[in-house]
Amino acid sequence: MASTQTAAPPAAPGTAAPARRLRPSRRRRAHRRQGALYATPTAVFLLVFFVVPIVLVLRMSASDWSLFVGDRGVNFPVNFDKALADRLFWPSIWFTLKYTVLTTVILLGLALGLALVVQESGRWSAFVRTSFLVPSALGLASASLLFYALYSPQSSPFSAVLRWAGITDTPVSFLGTPGAALWSTVALVVWRFAGFYMLLLLVGLQAIPGDVFEAARMDGANRWQTFRSITLPLLKPSLALSTILCVTGSLLAFDQFYILTKGGPDNSTVTIVQLVYSMAFQGSNDLGRAAALSIIVLGGLLVLNAVQFLGLRGNQD
Amino acid sequence: MTTTPTASAAPLAAGAEPATTPTTRNLGRRRRPSAQAARMGQRTFTGALALVFLFPLLWAAVASVSPKGGTGQVDGFGLGNYRTLVDYQAGIGQYLLNSAIVSVLTVVLTVTVSLLGGYAFARFDFPGKNLLFLTTLAILMVPYATLLIPLYVLLNDLGLQNSLVGLALVLTMFQLPFATFMMRISFEAVPRELEEAAQVDGAGSLRVLLQVLLPAVRAGLITVGLFAFLAAWNDFITPLILISDSTKVPLPLAVANLRGQTMGIIDFGATEAGVVVLALPCVLLFLLLQRHYVRGFMSGALKG
Repeated sequence: MASTQTAAPPAAPGTAAPARRLRPSRRRRAHRRQGALYATPTAVFLLVFFVVPIVLVLRMSASDWSLFVGDRGVNFPVNFDKALADRLFWPSIWFTLKYTVLTTVILLGLALGLALVVQESGRWSAFVRTSFLVPSALGLASASLLFYALYSPQSSPFSAVLRWAGITDTPVSFLGTPGAALWSTVALVVWRFAGFYMLLLLVGLQAIPGDVFEAARMDGANRWQTFRSITLPLLKPSLALSTILCVTGSLLAFDQFYILTKGGPDNSTVTIVQLVYSMAFQGSNDLGRAAALSIIVLGGLLVLNAVQFLGLRGNQD
Repeated sequence: MTTTPTASAAPLAAGAEPATTPTTRNLGRRRRPSAQAARMGQRTFTGALALVFLFPLLWAAVASVSPKGGTGQVDGFGLGNYRTLVDYQAGIGQYLLNSAIVSVLTVVLTVTVSLLGGYAFARFDFPGKNLLFLTTLAILMVPYATLLIPLYVLLNDLGLQNSLVGLALVLTMFQLPFATFMMRISFEAVPRELEEAAQVDGAGSLRVLLQVLLPAVRAGLITVGLFAFLAAWNDFITPLILISDSTKVPLPLAVANLRGQTMGIIDFGATEAGVVVLALPCVLLFLLLQRHYVRGFMSGALKG
């Protein structure tokens, strides 16, 4: 019996299936029924809270559907026209893209640097790693509220320090101008997520076998050469995953701007998801138009992810 | 530990034994005085970086008990700002309770559904298996906002509007891609011999799951539960859209709403205290379960 081989190595995913012995078909049917039974809760959740909503949002996007009155019949393609014609549509897309590029470049650059300085094992590195990671245990909303207080002229420790140092007497405005609001939000997001991406890259770094570095050292490669021609290429899968996660997350940014800037000053920091939210629940209360815009966002995201996926795959070869 | 990710996750976790895995930096370095100095320099640098990351949290903790005009703590150090929270509208106790209900419900639902689902995907063949698994992962591709607009309408139709149960059900759905994936690879890492022995003894699949496999995938369950808790405790946009009754909002929303109080003058002391109350459980759980947090990333790396 197989049970005597207790020390056998864990079966790798996928290899176990062909090894299964043939069973009488009645037992096989029972086996399939049991599998379907265990998957039923997952299937019910998906059906009710994912598949039905997707169908519903498609229907809403093609209907005259207001927040309070509900469905008033098909009006396709009015919602899409209205969404595209919105005063803030192009500004919000432009701003979201700008924010995404800034965040992704700074965040991944910093995360890679952090991963490289803490990859050593030992107690000190473990402490430093934990310090970088603690902010990622906080919710983005909590972190935004924290920075809201940190940035406010009344409570900010930064203005006190600047005043004390005699650099400026007027309170520093972190959120007052469009540029300052953007950079202040980027700083918050970098603080919140740097450890998260560091960990993702660290996992990739540790998967690189040590003897590759040993060999490079033997060949007389210096640190920069090792980094450029060994670490970076071998880290590509982790970097690709981090990029896709970071780009997707930033394109869908909401909490940080909703709490920190409320889209201000002068609607200069309205992201595309904020625009969806305000169409549906603020002012116009037009669920149909919001649904149409969110379908456009979904479509854009799918295309962008496909492009990224193919691009990063292509680079790998 | 039986699952393979655990073993590789260990060196990354804080407080782990100084592992012997060779890395680029300490490879064959000799103890010369200059190396010693470089080490000191590196420690100063990384220590300063660590402080930069810890500073906002430490500041919030200190500022929440510090005296400041226009807050609940005018002179001397004390808990005045926390007293403001207790008196705020329904009281912080109510909001904490809301958050606790939603979080516990989400964790229980996510762990249960993904335990059964992961078992099904890892150990059974049934019609539609691949389609179901891919659909689960497809949740990741769809923006929250795209789903929340129809869910707002749908929950109304189901009589779950303004309901913490409805909120937890939706949050569970958002957790399913990660949780199902995690539980599937946890089950796949368990050797089949373990359960075959039990099957020979005549145990049914449910008894095999509960008595033999459950202990073997415990680590994966803790990871799934931890991520579900952090997500449910911290989520902002989901309750913002689904809960409009101000006594039923969870804590992040309550603290965010608090800023609009008292005629445009914002009580930053109370905001800081609210952030501390929000952050404390997450930071404690994270420090306690850091090893399991790291495991979540090992599975992410497998995906890439």
